[in-house]
Amino acid sequence: MKKLKNLSPSTRDNVICYGLAAVFFIVVQAMIAGGLINNSLKGQLVPICAYIIMAVSLNLTVGVLGELSLGHAGFMSVGAFAGIVVTSSLADVIPSAPLRLAIAMLVAAVCAAVAGVIVGVPVLRLKGDYLAIVTLAFGEIIKNIVNVLYIGRDASGLHFSLLEQGFELGEGGKMIINGPMGVSGIQKISTFTSGIVLVVITLFLVLNLINSRAGRAIMAVRDNKIAAESIGISTTRYKLLAFVVSAALAGMAGTLYAMNYSTVVASKFDFNTSILVLVFVVLGGLGNIWGSMIGAAVLTVLPELLRPVRDYRMLLYAILLIAMMLFNNSGIKQRMLDKRGMKQMEKLEKSEKGGA
Amino acid sequence: MTFLSYLISGISLGSVYAIIALGYTMVYGIAKMLNFAHGDVIMIGAYMSFCGTSYMGWSPLMSVVLAIVVCTVLGVTIERLAYKPLRMAPSLAVLITAIGVSYFLQNAALLIWTSNPKSFTSVVGGGAVKLFDGQLSISHVTLVTVLACVVIMVALTLFTTKTKMGTAMRAVSEDKGAAQLMGINVNTTISVTFAIGSGLAAIAGVLLCSAYPTLMPTTGSMPGIKAFTAAVFGGIGSIPGAMLGGILLGVIEIFSKAYISTQLSDAIVFAMLIVVLLVKPDGLLGKHRNEKV
Amino acid sequence: MKKILSMLLAGTMLATALTGCGAGGNSQDAGTNADSAEGDASASAAVFKLGGTGPLTGGAAIYGNAAKNGAQIAVDEINAAGGAVQFELKYEDDEHDAEKAVNAYNALLDWGMQISLGSVTSKPCEATAAETYSDRIFALTPSASSVAVIDGKDNMYQMCFADPNQGTASAQYIFDQKLGTKVAVIYKNDDVYSSGIYDTFKAKAAELGLEIVSTTTFTDASANDFTVQLGEAQKAGADLLFLPMYYQPASLILTQAKSMGYAPKIFGVDGMDGILTLEGFDTTLAEGVMLLTPFNADATDDKTANFVKTYKEKFGETPNQFAADAYDCVYAYVAAIEAAGCTADMSAQDICEKLVEAFPTISFDGLTGEGMTWDATGAVSKSPKGMIINNGAYVGM
Repeated sequence: MKKLKNLSPSTRDNVICYGLAAVFFIVVQAMIAGGLINNSLKGQLVPICAYIIMAVSLNLTVGVLGELSLGHAGFMSVGAFAGIVVTSSLADVIPSAPLRLAIAMLVAAVCAAVAGVIVGVPVLRLKGDYLAIVTLAFGEIIKNIVNVLYIGRDASGLHFSLLEQGFELGEGGKMIINGPMGVSGIQKISTFTSGIVLVVITLFLVLNLINSRAGRAIMAVRDNKIAAESIGISTTRYKLLAFVVSAALAGMAGTLYAMNYSTVVASKFDFNTSILVLVFVVLGGLGNIWGSMIGAAVLTVLPELLRPVRDYRMLLYAILLIAMMLFNNSGIKQRMLDKRGMKQMEKLEKSEKGGA
Repeated sequence: MTFLSYLISGISLGSVYAIIALGYTMVYGIAKMLNFAHGDVIMIGAYMSFCGTSYMGWSPLMSVVLAIVVCTVLGVTIERLAYKPLRMAPSLAVLITAIGVSYFLQNAALLIWTSNPKSFTSVVGGGAVKLFDGQLSISHVTLVTVLACVVIMVALTLFTTKTKMGTAMRAVSEDKGAAQLMGINVNTTISVTFAIGSGLAAIAGVLLCSAYPTLMPTTGSMPGIKAFTAAVFGGIGSIPGAMLGGILLGVIEIFSKAYISTQLSDAIVFAMLIVVLLVKPDGLLGKHRNEKV
Repeated sequence: MKKILSMLLAGTMLATALTGCGAGGNSQDAGTNADSAEGDASASAAVFKLGGTGPLTGGAAIYGNAAKNGAQIAVDEINAAGGAVQFELKYEDDEHDAEKAVNAYNALLDWGMQISLGSVTSKPCEATAAETYSDRIFALTPSASSVAVIDGKDNMYQMCFADPNQGTASAQYIFDQKLGTKVAVIYKNDDVYSSGIYDTFKAKAAELGLEIVSTTTFTDASANDFTVQLGEAQKAGADLLFLPMYYQPASLILTQAKSMGYAPKIFGVDGMDGILTLEGFDTTLAEGVMLLTPFNADATDDKTANFVKTYKEKFGETPNQFAADAYDCVYAYVAAIEAAGCTADMSAQDICEKLVEAFPTISFDGLTGEGMTWDATGAVSKSPKGMIINNGAYVGM
C-alpha cells in the first residue's frame, strides 16, 4: 500500500486500472474453477466488460475532454451492427471464432470511428449543453437509420437497402439485418476472456493517450481552451482525436455486446443506454478511469442483486442511485474521510508517544 | 388546404412541447441544471388530474388545481432532498441525480397506478372550431394550449423582469456568489424556481394528456426529451425561445412526416435541429456569451 | 490517503457486489437442495418449478404483468385442486430488453427452474429461447409471436399465433368478407410485432389483389400525433384502416380520426384486445372496430367467466389476451406433463426431452381456443375468431 502511495499519480492510476482488470479476471476464473459462480453472475460477465469499455471510452469524452455526450450508444450501435455483418459474412471463411470476433471488432472500430468523425466535426464546434443535445440528436438519427436498414447476403454477396427491402435474395440467401425486426439468430461468440482482453486493450489505449503529449493537450483544451490555443495547441484536432478514439472503442464494445446475445434491435441503443453509461462515468468520477470501471461493474450487477425485493426492485435501484450520488458529492464522504484521517492521526500520535 | 391543416396539427403538437419546454428552460435558466425528472413530474401531474376527475368526481378545474398543488410540493421536496445537497457539486452530478429521480418517479407511479394505461378525459372538452366550411378544424385543446403558452410566457417574462423575486432569480442565474453577497437567499430563490417549474409541469401534463389522451408511467419521458430538445432549439434559458422552439419542433415533426417520410421523421427532426444549431450555436433566441480568459 | 481510502471504499463496493452475487447463488442453491430434500421426503408434495420472464416495469409493463397474473391464477387453481401436478411459479422482470431477459432467465436457473414460460415479448423471448435451447429447458411462451422465437428450436413452443399467421389471416379475412377495397395501414416501425404483421399482410394482400393505398408508420418517439398518417389515408380514399398494433396507440388513432371526421372501417389484430377495458376510454369510439382475437373477456362460457371473475377479484382489472394466453400455458403444461408422465423430481433436461415428444401429440382446450394442437416446429394451430365491437362488446362476425 505504501509503495502504491509513493508512485506518481499517473502510474498509480495505471496500476490500479490494470490491477482491477486482472483481479476481476482471476477472481471470476477462480470462482468458475471452484464451481462457486452462479448462472446469474456468469451471464453478466460479458455485458459487464462491454459496459466497462463503454464507460472508459465515454470518460475520455466527458471526463478527459470535458464535453458532455448524450449519444454514446449510437457508436455502440454502429459497432454492433457492423460487427454482426462481418461475423455472419465471414462465418464460412474463417472457422475460428476468436479470430472472427477480432476482425469484426476491428471493422466495427473503423466504422464507429468514421461515424465519430462525421458526428465530431460539426458537433465539436458547439459548446456545453448545445453540444450535448447535438450528440443526443446524432444518437437518435443513428438509431432511426439502423431501424430502416436492410442487409442480406447470398451467393452473389451482400445486399443493402434503406426503408424497405429493395432486393431479392438468391438461393440460400439470408437476411442479416432485417429492418425493424433487427437481427435474429446471432451465433454467440463473445466470451468473458475476449471481453477482458478488450478491456485491457481499451485501458492500454486510453491510459497511454491520457499520459501522452496528446493527452496533456486534450486536458489543456478542457481546462482552458483559450489558453491552450494561445500556446499553439490545435483545439479542433485534439478534441476530434479524443472524440474519435472514444467512438471507436464504443464500436468495439458494441460488437462484444451484440455477439453475446442471439438477437439485437436498433432500439436497444437509444438515449436511455447513453444515459446509463453516463451514469457509470459520473458515479465513478469524471476523468477517473478505474472509477468508471467500478461504476460500470457495480451498476450493472446492482439491478440483478435487487431481484429478491421483487416489485420494489427498480424503485430501490433509483433510491440507491440517488443515495450514491449524494454520498459521493454532497460532502458526507469528505467529512467521513476527514474524521477517519483525524482518528488515524491521533492513533499515530499515541503510538509515537507510547514508543517514546 | 392540407398544408394548412398539417400546419395546425404541427402547432397543436408544438404547443404541447412548448408548454413543457417553458418549465425546462425556467429551471435551467436559474438553477443551471438539466432537470431530466421534469418529464416525470408532468406524468405525476397528469395522474393527479386523472384521479381528481375520475376517482373523486371533481370538476376539471379543481383537478387541475390539485395537480398543480401536488406537483409544486413534489418539486420543492425533490429539490430539498436530492438537489440541494449537491449545490456545490459539479453540474453533471446533479444531472445524474435528476435521472435517478426520474427512475424513482416512474417506478413509484408504476406501483401506485399499475402498468395499465388510462385514457385521460380532456379537461377542455372535445370540441373544435371549424373554418372554411369545416375543411379546417382547430380543436379546443389546441386553442387552450397555445393560449396557456402565451399567458405563461408573458407572465414568466414579467415575473422575472418586474418583481423582486424575479430580479433575485436573474441575479442568482448570473452569479450565485455575488447574489449571496448582495443579501439574496440563494436557496429560497432556487426553491421558488423549482416550485414554479413544477407547477408549470402540472399544467403541461394536463394539457399534454388532454391533447393525446393516454396515460402511463412512461408518458412523460418521451415528450420530456422532445421538450428538452425544443428548449435547446430556442436557446436554453430563454423564455420566448422555449415557446418558439417548441412550436417549430412540432411543425417540423409534422411536416417531415407529411412531406418526406414517416419512417424517417425522427431522424429528420433531429437533423434539422443539428443544422439550426450549427448556424446559430446558441439556439434561435439564446444569448451569445463571449468566452473570457 | 484520502484517495486510497476512497479507492478502498470503492473496492469494497465491488467486492460486496461480487460476493453478494456469489453468496446469493449459494443460498439459492441451498434453497433448492432443501426443496429437493423435502421432495424426497414426501414425493406427493413435489412441485414443478415454473419460471418466466416479462416486462414488469417500464413502458411494456402491462403485457408482462398481465401474463404473470394470468399464470398465477392458473397455478393457484391447480395447486388448490391438489392434482398430481403441482407448480411453483416465479416471474422475473426483463424490462422488455434482450440483455435483461437473459439476466432474468439466469436468475431463474439459479432458483432451480425446471420448465419455462419463455418471455412475454418477442425480442427478449428470442434471446431467452437461444438459452433455453442450449440449456435444454422446455419453454412455452404465452405471447412472443415472432417466427424467430421458435425458428430452429425443437423445445420452444408458442401459445399465441405467430405474426405471419395474423398478417395473412387478416388479409384473407378482409378479402373474403369484402370489408374494404382500398386499405390503408398504419404500423409501428420500431416494433417487431407490428412490423412483422405488416410484412406478411402486405405480401398476402399483393397475392390476393387487395389494394393498399397508403402505408405510414410511427415510432415510440412519435406515438402521440397521428394526424399526418390519418390525413394520408383519407387523401388516398382508403375505406378500411388496418392497425396492426397494441390498443394503446390505437385508442389515440381512433380519437384523432373521429376529431378529423374520418370514419373508415377499422380492422385490428389481437393486440387491439383490451381497448374496451382501457380505463377512461370512450368505448363509442371503438364502435364497429373489427379484430381477430383468440380471447374475448365478455364470452359467456364458464371457463372464461370464471377466469375473468377471479382476475378481477385478485387484480382489480379485466384480463387481456396476454393473461389468457399465460393462463392457458400453465394448463397446457398440465396436459402435456400428464401425457408425458413427467414427475417433479426429474431434471429439467429429462422433462424437456419428454415434453418435446409429448407436446405435438396433445390437443388442448383453453380460453384462447378449442382443440389447439402444436406441430413439431412449436407453432400452435388454432383459428382466430373475427370479432366486431357492437354496443361496447365483442360480437362474433
